[in-house]
Amino acid sequence: MTELGLTLVRMAFLAGLWLFVIAAVIVLRRDLAQPKDVRPTNSAAPAKRTRTPRPPKQPKTAKPPKASRSTRDTKTSGPTLTVVDGPLVGTVIPLGTTQITIGRAADSTIVIDDDYVSSRHARIYPSEGAWIVEDLGSTNGSWIDRTRLTAPTVLPVGAPLRIGRTTLQMSS
Amino acid sequence: MRAAPTSGRLPHTGARAMSQTETGRRPATRRNRELFLLIIAWGLGVLGTLQVGWATGEGTPQRFWITASVVGVLALLAHIIVRWRVPFADPLLLPLATLLTILGMTMIYRLDVAAAQRAIRNNSPPPTPDVYSQLIWFAVGVTLFIVVLLILRDHRVLQRYTYTAGLIGLALLLLPLIPGLGATINGATLWVRFGGLSFQPAELAKIALTIFFAGYLVVKRDSLALVRVRFLGIGLPRPRDLGPIVVAWVFSLGILIFQRDLGTSLLFFGLFVAMLYIATQRRSWIVLGVGLFAVGSVFSYLAFNHVRVRVQVWIDPFAFADTGGYQIVQSLYGFANGGMLGTGLGRGYPQLVPFANTDFVLAALGEELGLVGFIAIIMIYAIMVQRGFRAAVAVRDPFGQLLAAGLSITLALQIFVIVGGVTRLIPLTGLTTPFLSYGGSSLIANWILVALLLVISHRARQPIPAVEPIPEGATQVVQR
Repeated sequence: MTELGLTLVRMAFLAGLWLFVIAAVIVLRRDLAQPKDVRPTNSAAPAKRTRTPRPPKQPKTAKPPKASRSTRDTKTSGPTLTVVDGPLVGTVIPLGTTQITIGRAADSTIVIDDDYVSSRHARIYPSEGAWIVEDLGSTNGSWIDRTRLTAPTVLPVGAPLRIGRTTLQMSS
Repeated sequence: MRAAPTSGRLPHTGARAMSQTETGRRPATRRNRELFLLIIAWGLGVLGTLQVGWATGEGTPQRFWITASVVGVLALLAHIIVRWRVPFADPLLLPLATLLTILGMTMIYRLDVAAAQRAIRNNSPPPTPDVYSQLIWFAVGVTLFIVVLLILRDHRVLQRYTYTAGLIGLALLLLPLIPGLGATINGATLWVRFGGLSFQPAELAKIALTIFFAGYLVVKRDSLALVRVRFLGIGLPRPRDLGPIVVAWVFSLGILIFQRDLGTSLLFFGLFVAMLYIATQRRSWIVLGVGLFAVGSVFSYLAFNHVRVRVQVWIDPFAFADTGGYQIVQSLYGFANGGMLGTGLGRGYPQLVPFANTDFVLAALGEELGLVGFIAIIMIYAIMVQRGFRAAVAVRDPFGQLLAAGLSITLALQIFVIVGGVTRLIPLTGLTTPFLSYGGSSLIANWILVALLLVISHRARQPIPAVEPIPEGATQVVQR
C-alpha cells in the first residue's frame, strides 16, 4: 500500500466517522423538532414547580396545541374544558364527540398527579347535546360548586367542577 | 356544540379511529434510519481493520471476513429484535453502541498486531490475540441485549424489584471481598474469579443499583423534596432524611477503602447524588453531595497512599514519568503524536501505553485518529447520553423517568471520569471505557444498559392505546 493510498484511507475513515455522527445528529434534530405540537405549553408550570416536584404529564395525543390561561383567547370551535386551578392550570381541553376521562392513571385524557385524585376519578361524556359528568367511585369525590356528585350530572357552562386540587370549567 | 374539532386538538379517545389511517398521528419509528446507521458502523469497522492490516504490513487479517460477518450478523440480529419487540424505541442508541463496540474491537485488533510484531522481534512465542475473546463477549452482550428485550415488555415491572435489585447490587459489589473468590488485579480488588474466568461484578452492580435508586426515590422523593429546615439561609433536608445520602457516601468510601477502587466509588456516589437531584429538583442535595464528596476526597487523600499517589501524578505527571506517571505521560505523548488528524490506524505507537486496550483505549484511539476522530467519539457518547435523557423526558411514569436518567448518568459519569483521566483533566481512576475497552463485564453490562434504555424509550414514544368508550345510555342522567 502506498503512502498516498494510506493517507486517503485514513481520511476516508475519519470522514466516515463524521458522516455517522452527522447522520445521527440529523435524526436527533428531527426528533427535537417533532414534539413541539405534542408537548403542553403550560404557562403556569414553572411557577408551580416548587410545589409539585414534577409537573404531571398528560398523554401525548391528549394535548391541545396551545393552552392559554383563559378561555377567552382560545380559538377552539365548540365547547372546551379549561383547568382554572391546580397543577395543570391553563390547560384547555376541547370537548369533541367522545368522552374524556380524568384521573391519576396514565391513560386518562387529563392526568392529574395529585394525592387527592383517584386513578380513575371521573369522566365527562356528551349526551343529547349536553355534557354529563360522572364520578367513577373516587375516594374524595367530584364536586360541582359545593355539591358532591352522586349520580351522572349535567355539567353547566361556567360552573366550577372540582376534582382534588384541580378546578375545571366548561365554556361553550 | 357538537362541531368536531380539528384533528390536532382531538383528545386521544377521539383520535382512536384516526390513529390507524392518519399517518401523521403515528410517530415515525425510524427503524430504516437505524439500519442505515448500523451499515455505516459495520463499514467503518471493515475499513478500519483493513487499514490496520495495510498500514502495519500484515495484509488482510486472518479470518477477517468471517469475523466481519459475525459482527454484522450480530448487529443485524439485534436490529431485527428491536424491530420486532420495541418498534418505537430510539433509533440511535443501537447504532451508536454498535459503532463504539466495533471501534473498540478495531483498536484491540490493532494492539494485537503490535503485540504479535513485538513478539516476533523478541523471538518470543506469539501472544494470544484479544480481539476474538472480545468478539465472544460482544456476542454474549448482544445475546443478553436480546434476552432483555424479549423478557422485559415494560420497564415498570422492574419497580417491583426495587429492594431485590438493591440487594443484588450490594451483593455484587461485595463479592470481590470474599476471600478465595475475589481477586486483586493491579492493586484493585474488583474481580471475581471462578473457573479461570474473571469477572468485574461492579459493572453489573451499577445497573442493579440504578434500578434500586430509581425505585427508592420514586417513593421517597416527596418527603426528600418538601420537608426542609432552614439553616444558614438555605433550605436543608431534615437530619432523618439525610440517611440515604449518608449511607451512599459511607458505602462509596467503603469501596474506596476495601477495594481500593477510586472510579467505582466515585461513580456510585455521583450517580446517587445526581438521581436525588433529578427526583427532588432541590439544589441543596447537590450542595450536600459536593460537600460530602469534598470531605471524602480530603480524608482519602490524607489516609490512603494510593489516592495520594494518583493526585500527585495528576498534578505533575512528568516528575513521575518513570514510575507512577509513566502511563499518563505515555498517553499524553500519544495524543501529541496524533495531533489533529491522527497518525492513521496502524501507524502510531499506542502499544507504548500500558493497558492500552482497557483503561487507555481512548488514548490509543486519540493517537491514531487524532483530535478529529477523538471528538467524533466524544460526540457519539454525547448523543448516546442525550438519547437516554430524551427517553427520560418523554416517558410518562416517574420510575421510568428516573431509571432512564440514572442509566444515562451512569454512562455520562463513567465517560467523564475516564476521558478526564486519560487527558489529565482529573486524577486518573480505573474505570472501563463503555463499549470501547477490552473486557467482558463492562461490554455485557453496557449492552444490557442499552437494552433497558430501548425498552423505556419504546414505552415513551409508543402511541397510547385508545380506551374503549363506555357505552352510554345505561346510566341515569339527573338534571339539576
